Amino acid sequence: MQTRKKYIFLTFLASWLLLFLFGGDQLRHFAFFSGRKAKARRSWPHWTDRSLLKSFADPEELQRDGDPALLSPRERRAARLSVHRSSSCRMETCFDFSRCEKHGFKVFTYPQERGQPVSESYGKILSSIERSRYHTGNPEEACLFILGIDTLDRDHLSGQYVRNVDEKIRGFPLWNGGRNHLIFNLYSGTWPNYTGELGFDIGQAMLAKASFDTDSFRPGFDISIPLFSKEHPQRGGDRGWLYQDSLPPKKKYLLVFKGKRYLTGIGSGTRNALHHIHNGKDIISLTTCKHGKDWEKHKDTRCDKDNVDYEKFDYQELLHNSTFCIVPRGRRLGSFRFLEALQAACIPVLLSDGWELPFAEAIDWGKAAVVGSERLLLQIPSAVRCIHPERVLAFQQQTQLLWDAYFSSVDKIVHTTLEIIKDRLAPHRSRSRFLWNALPGGLLVLPDFSTHVGDFPFYYLQHGSSPSKKFTAFIRAVSQAGSPSQSILRLIQAVSASQYCAQILVLWSCEKPPPPSGKWPQTPVPLTIIQGRRKLSDRFFPFEAIQTDAVLSLDEHTILSTSEVDFAFVVWRSFPERIVGFPAQSHFWDPEQGRWGYTSKWNNELSIVLTAAAFYHRYYHTLFTEYLPAGLRELVDGLAACEDILMNVLVAAVTKLPPIKVTQRKQHKEAVAQQEQCRDGAAGIPQIPHSAPAAAKGTAGSRRSSQRQDCLDQLADWFGYMPLVSSQLRLDPVLFKDQVSVLRKKYPRLEKP
Amino acid sequence: IMCASAKYNTRGPALIPRMKTKHRIYYITLFSIVLLGLIATGMFQFWPHSIESSNDWTVEKRSVHDVPVVKLPADSPIPERGDLSCRMHTCFDVYRCGFNPKNKIKVYIYSLKKYVDEYGTSVSNTISREYNELLTAISDSEFYTDDVNRACLFVPSIDVLNQNALRIKETAQALAQLSRWDRGTNHLLFNMLPGGPPDYNTALDVPRDRALLAGGGFSTWTYRQGYDVSIPVYSPLSGEVDLPERGPGPRRYFILSSQMALHPEYRLELEALQAENGESVLILDKCTNLSDGVPAVRKRCYKNQVFDYPQVLQESTFCVVLRGARLGQAVLSDVLQAGCVPVIIADSYILPFSEVLDWKRASVVIPEEKMPEMYSILQSIPQRQIEEMQRQARWFWEAYFRSMKAIALATLQIINDRIYPYAAISYEEWNDPPAVKWSSVSNPLFLPLIPPQSQGFTAIVLTYDRVESLFRVITEVSKVPSLSKLLVVWNNQNKNPPEDSLWPKIRVPLKVVRTAENKLSNRFFPYDEIETEAVLAIDDDIIMLTSDELQFGYEVWREFPDRLVGYPGRLHLWDHEMNKWKYESEWTNEVSMVLTGAAFYHKYFNYLYTYKMPGDIKNWVDAHMNCEDIAMNFLVANVTGKSVIKVTPRKKFKCPECTAIDGLSLDQTHMVERSECINKFASVFGTMPLKVVEHRADPVLYKDDFPEKLKSFPNIGSL
Repeated sequence: MQTRKKYIFLTFLASWLLLFLFGGDQLRHFAFFSGRKAKARRSWPHWTDRSLLKSFADPEELQRDGDPALLSPRERRAARLSVHRSSSCRMETCFDFSRCEKHGFKVFTYPQERGQPVSESYGKILSSIERSRYHTGNPEEACLFILGIDTLDRDHLSGQYVRNVDEKIRGFPLWNGGRNHLIFNLYSGTWPNYTGELGFDIGQAMLAKASFDTDSFRPGFDISIPLFSKEHPQRGGDRGWLYQDSLPPKKKYLLVFKGKRYLTGIGSGTRNALHHIHNGKDIISLTTCKHGKDWEKHKDTRCDKDNVDYEKFDYQELLHNSTFCIVPRGRRLGSFRFLEALQAACIPVLLSDGWELPFAEAIDWGKAAVVGSERLLLQIPSAVRCIHPERVLAFQQQTQLLWDAYFSSVDKIVHTTLEIIKDRLAPHRSRSRFLWNALPGGLLVLPDFSTHVGDFPFYYLQHGSSPSKKFTAFIRAVSQAGSPSQSILRLIQAVSASQYCAQILVLWSCEKPPPPSGKWPQTPVPLTIIQGRRKLSDRFFPFEAIQTDAVLSLDEHTILSTSEVDFAFVVWRSFPERIVGFPAQSHFWDPEQGRWGYTSKWNNELSIVLTAAAFYHRYYHTLFTEYLPAGLRELVDGLAACEDILMNVLVAAVTKLPPIKVTQRKQHKEAVAQQEQCRDGAAGIPQIPHSAPAAAKGTAGSRRSSQRQDCLDQLADWFGYMPLVSSQLRLDPVLFKDQVSVLRKKYPRLEKP
Repeated sequence: IMCASAKYNTRGPALIPRMKTKHRIYYITLFSIVLLGLIATGMFQFWPHSIESSNDWTVEKRSVHDVPVVKLPADSPIPERGDLSCRMHTCFDVYRCGFNPKNKIKVYIYSLKKYVDEYGTSVSNTISREYNELLTAISDSEFYTDDVNRACLFVPSIDVLNQNALRIKETAQALAQLSRWDRGTNHLLFNMLPGGPPDYNTALDVPRDRALLAGGGFSTWTYRQGYDVSIPVYSPLSGEVDLPERGPGPRRYFILSSQMALHPEYRLELEALQAENGESVLILDKCTNLSDGVPAVRKRCYKNQVFDYPQVLQESTFCVVLRGARLGQAVLSDVLQAGCVPVIIADSYILPFSEVLDWKRASVVIPEEKMPEMYSILQSIPQRQIEEMQRQARWFWEAYFRSMKAIALATLQIINDRIYPYAAISYEEWNDPPAVKWSSVSNPLFLPLIPPQSQGFTAIVLTYDRVESLFRVITEVSKVPSLSKLLVVWNNQNKNPPEDSLWPKIRVPLKVVRTAENKLSNRFFPYDEIETEAVLAIDDDIIMLTSDELQFGYEVWREFPDRLVGYPGRLHLWDHEMNKWKYESEWTNEVSMVLTGAAFYHKYFNYLYTYKMPGDIKNWVDAHMNCEDIAMNFLVANVTGKSVIKVTPRKKFKCPECTAIDGLSLDQTHMVERSECINKFASVFGTMPLKVVEHRADPVLYKDDFPEKLKSFPNIGSL
């Protein structure tokens, strides 16, 4: 034993010596002998006459770049139209912008053909478009057209393959060579090569396709969408699985894969190699050949062992417990796995060379996924191991952001597609990449409101700015009298005395004309009367007159003191993306009736702050009016006391956070004033008994109350989930009700009974 | 670093066989002899070579005209034309780049040669000033290697910046005979002026096979997304003219056009705009009657008025950048330098570095067809946004346009990011100007999550020797329903913690961690024992907090998991007399800090405190045995940009009889020391990150006239 070792050692040394003697020249490249190497590095020479070198271009040549004798710009554009068609389409050559000018961005869906049912997924896509605010039933108005023929599955071996599409579309009078059409596709091509072949001529139509490859992708024209299953929810959608930001962000496994291995054909190269990185400890990479009918025909030596290992792990369990998930190409470039990993906050490690990533025009995938190379599979373990924990944590959060903003439902996928196209129509009125990749996501940021980051409630911290220091008081008046009511006068007085008040707007929501200006009180700030259209949703209309970031929304009968207003505004400045206000309510699930309910009873929790007295950002007026579909606004116009619930639901859906309740004087809480109302029907202001039990029977109150229950239920249905979030706290001034002299307190009046 | 060490540890020891001592001596002797021999051989081998390489060093002092001449036979091979379907995964050889811990690609530059054809006529100018600057920049950068075998990317020294200055076929032949050409794989060419009359192709016409092209003036049809890099057309004026940055504010003109060789059709459209909108639009042209000796490139004229160029660009809010024969225009660089917002009218143009730069923040792109609407489009942009675009434009110029060095390094970085995507530079680093990077915060816990209540929290009690009080705290805290674990950090090295049997029996696991040194920062170490997100830091003498108060504090933390949520509130104030910050512990209407004697926070901040605390703050705290809580407040506020949350009115924590203000001591020196901490930390952070707020969090029904037994948290003390 000893001698053997000795010999081994000697041979080792001898070979080392030999290596040095004969291989010295090669070894010279290694710099471990001295630091001399670094000094002698041959860098680019400093030429003695470098100052005499001529510039690459004459300044004249640079500034007078042109040869005006040739094609004029107009001719060039015309020539380009004929050259760049079909496979080299761009927006400027294959899209007719003029169709979108008159009526804006309107989308028309072809009526579905009789006897030609569409697949479940395509049905969802169509209904998403029909639910969107861009939908129109009139092809004359339309800017974009969507076929009624199901083009999702273009694998001609598939049962859902629609035949003779070419013939059909040529029969459509609106087809126009495919101009301004958008075609959705999830599967293209077929065994064995699974090419991008669709089996019909799309002409100049845009393609929204899953598994898009960069070769056939027409940049700035086509859109890559994710592959989604037919079970993918229409709206709402499940939330991501990340419930906590653990640290270190490591989970039980580092890197996992469990899926099919292809023995032959396209995509088999990558899938065949995956088992190499399996280490049985923190890297689990399992493949099975057991799929398809005749797998045993092709099976190789690994198959049996692999199949046994494969059964030992559960896919869902791996998904839940791994930091990174390998998302390799399948037969096609995209896979269901991609969205599954994204939802599970399992950072996708993409091994799908040449895949144009979903919505890459908008989404910065570098923040949420590791884009690996199929050729470098073996480097993946060490590469992901070296990603810093902080970055892993950021990756995990970003997967959730993207999942929730763009992928969790068919609605979101389709709306993202539409918004990307809409952004192309007016580049100067479009979202910057920052807006697409920051909370709350691009769909909730309307560039028609503003393209300036500082105008939205979400980005103050990232932007390094703060909300404006003043607010606009916005009072909805409903008294039918010819002069302003006592309560509104008191309210105007209290609000205008606030040092932060910039202006007061009164929304006059009665049939009668508003009292002349002489009847309104003199205030230190400007007071403007706006004539409303007597709809409940009016109060959230984005009136031009609202110029400050903050809006203090008030009802005519609200009773507030100046110090309450001051304190609430100071609090709002700390939480500009939320509703900050006084009277609160909470929602609950009523298991007996199987529906959502709400209560205004005193409660230890709250999830709704009534807009009868609340601060919020003016952008929410725009979201309420522009983002929500008209149908939803009609719904709240028809139901009493639903519009403020909708506002709360909307803000909660955007922020995922509860509203904030601030302290209110006791007397105000208990004041249930007898209300005067417009006598002309449903537009009357609903009075919500703030502290009294909601169960006042046999009165209009209970009818409203039950309508309100309806309202919450219908909203939850429309959103696809219940966005409201509960809170257990209230914000009070720091010295509120403390046993110190009132002289030391900034808001002593809040404590008066 | 962690990764590297882990890798090496697994190898090291296995190589040396275990031997008996006798043998070991024998081997060591043998080894030494061999080693000496080796060194001698090495000296012998290496000396002559190093003389040679120092020869190389002296060669540096050559003239460009002295470089070797290479004759290209007429029939030497020509590369294929550029392959439009090339992508990184098809045409680029990643294996050359390899996995390395620094995640940096290695770039090799071929040495300079002069190429002549068979007749001895030169193929092109040997090298232009700009290309020389570019190669010098690469050579001085971290990317550079002089070892052709280790290189991942090859940059030919053949200058193709301007296609008009070279002979296409012969240049292609010159490329093809480069020693590692291999169909152009992993070769990078820089070109700024592509195409030539009459049709002006938008990419370099020199056949280049698989080589990557960093080109100025790509269109969407010639640009291979993810493979080529779109670069600016460098403006030599950048180096000549010094335009100081101009602050925001109104400028004399709204729209300015300064280009000289505009197509008459464009000029007509611009003039129509001018006619419509009057003096706010200025359309300049070349000057016709300049006296001799005045460079025409530095003057522009409108009727008889003469303007200095590029200075005049600073007088306008928006500057038009129209396409010429080519899409890329050098004027873009001048416009950005002047802080004028470029209005880019060049359909299908791929903007410089568009792979990483967000041009929507610095420019307005208008389709050629919409030129007549330009004025109204620009008017619709809010003033504040215009100011930001101006700042952004200037920043793009400073960072990516101002020199050939900037252009070269940005190009290499983009390619580097493709090869090592997991180490890529982020959007913010590319796009945020320094002022924004400085004033903005990117919260590491940015996702709005409300952690599940079931997770509970881990209480950490830092203690030295107050066992009796410690036990009382443990007993009190253990009553809180959501407590999931209790960790005692025993900071006394001279005394052992009490025996197991003496500790209070509580329903959750209790762990004692002994520390090596009595340091305050031990309290903020991210112990593995902390398995929850929420941490309650509590001093061993805080006995007054009720179970309701603590449970409520935890609930508040769940709603604000990225903040410090604590009980004792403090304030910092600016002392106008002393001109510095002052610490305030009186009962005030405002708070800006909560003491970590009793506070909830996310475990992440333990990690930040231990590993990412800026400057010498950590050592300073340990040396002074004070202010660790203030340091934590600074750290959290700085990284999140958010205020603390003080919960409940509680002001007495140690005993009912104590004065309301507590802390280590009440005397003046304590206050002075704490004030000193604030000033010290503010100077280390370079700013005052603490946010002052006027609110505290109470239960919804606190002090409301409502039956106490129906309240979730009835037992909230009033002092």
